[in-house]
Amino acid sequence: MLANVARNFRALPFAILLIFATVLPAMAGPFEDAVGKFANDEYSDTEEAVGVLAIGGNPLAYTIISALQDGRLMADPDSKKVYVSQPDGKNIDAATGAAVDTIPDSAAAVRLNNRLRRTVEAALGGLTLLSPDPAKRIQAAQSVFKTHDETMLPVVDGALAKETNKGAKLAFTEARAAILLFKPDATDVEKLEAIATIKTRGDQEALALLTGLTGDQSPAIVGAAANATASIQRSLALWSTVQNAWYGLSLGSVLLLAAIGLAITFGVMGVINMAHGEMVMIGAYVTFVVQETIRTRYPQLFDYSLLMAVPLAFIVAGAIGILIERSIIRFLYGRPLETLLATWGLSLVLQQAVRTMFGPTNREVGNPSWMSGAFEIGQITITYNRLWILCFTLAVFAILLAMLRYTALGLEMRAVTQNRRMAASMGIATSRVDALTFGLGSGIAGIAGVALSQIDNVSPNLGQSYIIDSFMVVVFGGVGNLWGTLVGAFTLGIANKFLEPVAGAVLGKIAILVLIILFIQKRPRGLFALKGRAVEA
Amino acid sequence: MLTQLTHDIATPLTRRRWLAATAGLALGLAAFTSAKAADDTIKVGVLHSLSGTMAISETTLKDTILFLIDEQNKKGGVLGKKLEAVVVDPASNWPLFAEKARELITKDKVAVVFGCWTSVSRKSVLPVFKELNSILFYPVQYEGEESERNVFYTGAAPNQQAIPAVDYLMKDEKVKRWVLAGTDYVYPRTTNKILEAYLKSKGVKQEDIMINYTPFGHSDWQTIVADIKKFGSTGKKTAVVSTINGDANVPFYKELGNQGIKATDIPVVAFSVGEEELAGIDTKPLLGHLAAWNYFQSIKTPENDKFIKAWQAYTKNPKRVTNDPMEAHVIGFDMWVKAVEKAKSVDADKVIDALPGIEAKNLTGGTSKMLPNHHITKPVFIGEIKANGQFDVVWKTPGLVAGDAWSKELEGSKDLIGDWVGKKCGNYNTKTNKCGGQGS
Repeated sequence: MLANVARNFRALPFAILLIFATVLPAMAGPFEDAVGKFANDEYSDTEEAVGVLAIGGNPLAYTIISALQDGRLMADPDSKKVYVSQPDGKNIDAATGAAVDTIPDSAAAVRLNNRLRRTVEAALGGLTLLSPDPAKRIQAAQSVFKTHDETMLPVVDGALAKETNKGAKLAFTEARAAILLFKPDATDVEKLEAIATIKTRGDQEALALLTGLTGDQSPAIVGAAANATASIQRSLALWSTVQNAWYGLSLGSVLLLAAIGLAITFGVMGVINMAHGEMVMIGAYVTFVVQETIRTRYPQLFDYSLLMAVPLAFIVAGAIGILIERSIIRFLYGRPLETLLATWGLSLVLQQAVRTMFGPTNREVGNPSWMSGAFEIGQITITYNRLWILCFTLAVFAILLAMLRYTALGLEMRAVTQNRRMAASMGIATSRVDALTFGLGSGIAGIAGVALSQIDNVSPNLGQSYIIDSFMVVVFGGVGNLWGTLVGAFTLGIANKFLEPVAGAVLGKIAILVLIILFIQKRPRGLFALKGRAVEA
Repeated sequence: MLTQLTHDIATPLTRRRWLAATAGLALGLAAFTSAKAADDTIKVGVLHSLSGTMAISETTLKDTILFLIDEQNKKGGVLGKKLEAVVVDPASNWPLFAEKARELITKDKVAVVFGCWTSVSRKSVLPVFKELNSILFYPVQYEGEESERNVFYTGAAPNQQAIPAVDYLMKDEKVKRWVLAGTDYVYPRTTNKILEAYLKSKGVKQEDIMINYTPFGHSDWQTIVADIKKFGSTGKKTAVVSTINGDANVPFYKELGNQGIKATDIPVVAFSVGEEELAGIDTKPLLGHLAAWNYFQSIKTPENDKFIKAWQAYTKNPKRVTNDPMEAHVIGFDMWVKAVEKAKSVDADKVIDALPGIEAKNLTGGTSKMLPNHHITKPVFIGEIKANGQFDVVWKTPGLVAGDAWSKELEGSKDLIGDWVGKKCGNYNTKTNKCGGQGS
């Protein structure tokens, strides 16, 4: 059970007094004693220890607390010794800082819960306000901005006075404003200035701070805060439109990526390929196998695993596609209903085969470091994985277009699809071109699987969730037209993302389906209908 | 530009080729067929999806029952007879569940069935079990509002999972604002209705509750995660109570991690995310998010250690994880064996009468008891996700919690109780003293 000592970081001074009172008679100093507490593996003891370290001024404090945060602080419950396992592989004794060769096997990482993690963050914030690294100073200032703990004011003032880095200076100014805003004895002038600073910051956290302002405030302050809140809300509403547009682009890119292979097998060849989703799934499993191999044999290459998976997924899915075309689909050309049934059956066979080989549970595909996290532009957050997927999709699209336009195979494909007999009389081996075209579509689906493994489950059901959307995009965009697929995917993505906040995810999806049905009624051939004799062929 | 391809010389599909194609298909779909059994065995039906969407969760439960039967047979079986498993595959297809249940009971003559995961599959087999008077052990946490004579619910009712979790967040994390996010089907809808009523009874205002539903397998969480972020930045401590089901969880947590929502800012407590689900995710960004269950693999008890070792040896996989519904099957199976031994028969009526009051050790060091309403007593644990995909228990109920078949929070069901011992009724109204107050 958790004890309720030092529940709040701001209550720490009292807790620390208490600790001093009880431990002073002991031989060791407060620092050693606090470090020893980590070995008890009780949340309350850990919290006390962090509190003592945070204000003790011992040079080891930062090392120990950051190790605690990363799960590198090891405590041996038998000998009550505490060790820090450094990121470089070296180990030190936490109490003395002396290097030790090995950490005993009985030692386990000191456990944290959410409340402790907050305490640790706050403590690190205090310890890193004067760090030589500006990035760390900014981070520390941000954490002070959130906690607006008034005991930090002198430190922040001191840091601000000698700060030269522009970003850090701004962060400190904002942190100072947050503290002053909540400081009961700050003057009205100081508070008004603080509100102005926070208003310029203008993000969700600033808004949170302003709306959280309670207690006895003079009317001038209440008015200024309300003004600032309204102005921040207005600008945030504007940004949220930009954000929705970005989400739409990102969803559109995922739709396009999933549909682009289908645009070839269904759009260009006219094969209703229900097993398309399974090609995507196979691509994702290829990524899994590649990552697994890299993880066990060459862990240092992990960040390149996706780059290696792309060609492999293309080859594997493409080869399976050619096999399917040669063994099943070529006998079914011109019989859409039978193709539909056969490929649907095939999709079940492929799913169950993967389930038997890899098991029914999800497989872990990690994000390489360059695809994790997010960055901010103005008030919107853009996640790296979505950004890369957008770039990747556009690249795949461009390569595909170029291939169809400028290569011999592309020329043959266009010839065969436009007029099979004429192409055959010109000496093109049409059945070979059919197989390669289907293989190309499947291979691109495999590539899509590599990208989708980064945002979705890698499970045997992966493909199913994309097949309907893919058909929707291809039909909406206009069968047989790659540009139609592009425009269709982005239109649906953006429309979906603007509907979702208003109607909710479930209704949004229904609304999109209804709109597409209505649209198809009006224009049965989709956005970019093909014209001319080819249509009748 | 490219045109649609049409084959004017399409090869006709011969009958033989079509047959070959369908034969291949049938081969791929072929479910486990049950072997012909001798008469001196007791048959145990296993009704879990081995293909389709739910295979991800249910396959493990099939293995669990096979493992438990194997263990019991090593101890000499039940009533001097060996147990024999009859495994069928309802393929995540709800009507097929009813068909397969009928097949198990009438054709294979099983004494008991362990099965189902989703509530809709349970509802679909219910009439079959009632009509043919057989026994179903249902191992998954569910929305409650049900107590049937032929069904024994070994998973958690809402008061054994959802309510304690919300209590924990309210007391320990001081949460003031709530996002109730779920997949759009009966379990999340009912659970959220119960939670909403509960939160309001604790003085939470309507504007501090945000309810959000998403379709099955939802994979684009950008908007919703951004909404949660916005909802959580008013200065009041916010938490997400997630009844998001199955595959949709992975992209949800990935989006949370990528948008930088940490458990220290907005914790997510999930009711459908266990060790098995986490096995497919990189858990580092999820550090500190919570789950409420009646069992965690990481709980250190001699029973649990022994079970995990035996399970990993049985599956020949030293990394194979265990989870809450598995423990429910362990308890349910043990209770069934004890009831059969007590009744000295596998006859459904006798076993149903013998089951209430039967006690079985759970894996977390307590003893669970079958209650007259066919639910069991369970401890409730709150665990935080650790970097290795396991949970660290941060809170637990002081004792075992008795499962309520009918929620005390909902207007329509607060006077109802299930009592198959004294009143012989699943929905007895304590106000009007009549059976059949409401519900089924």
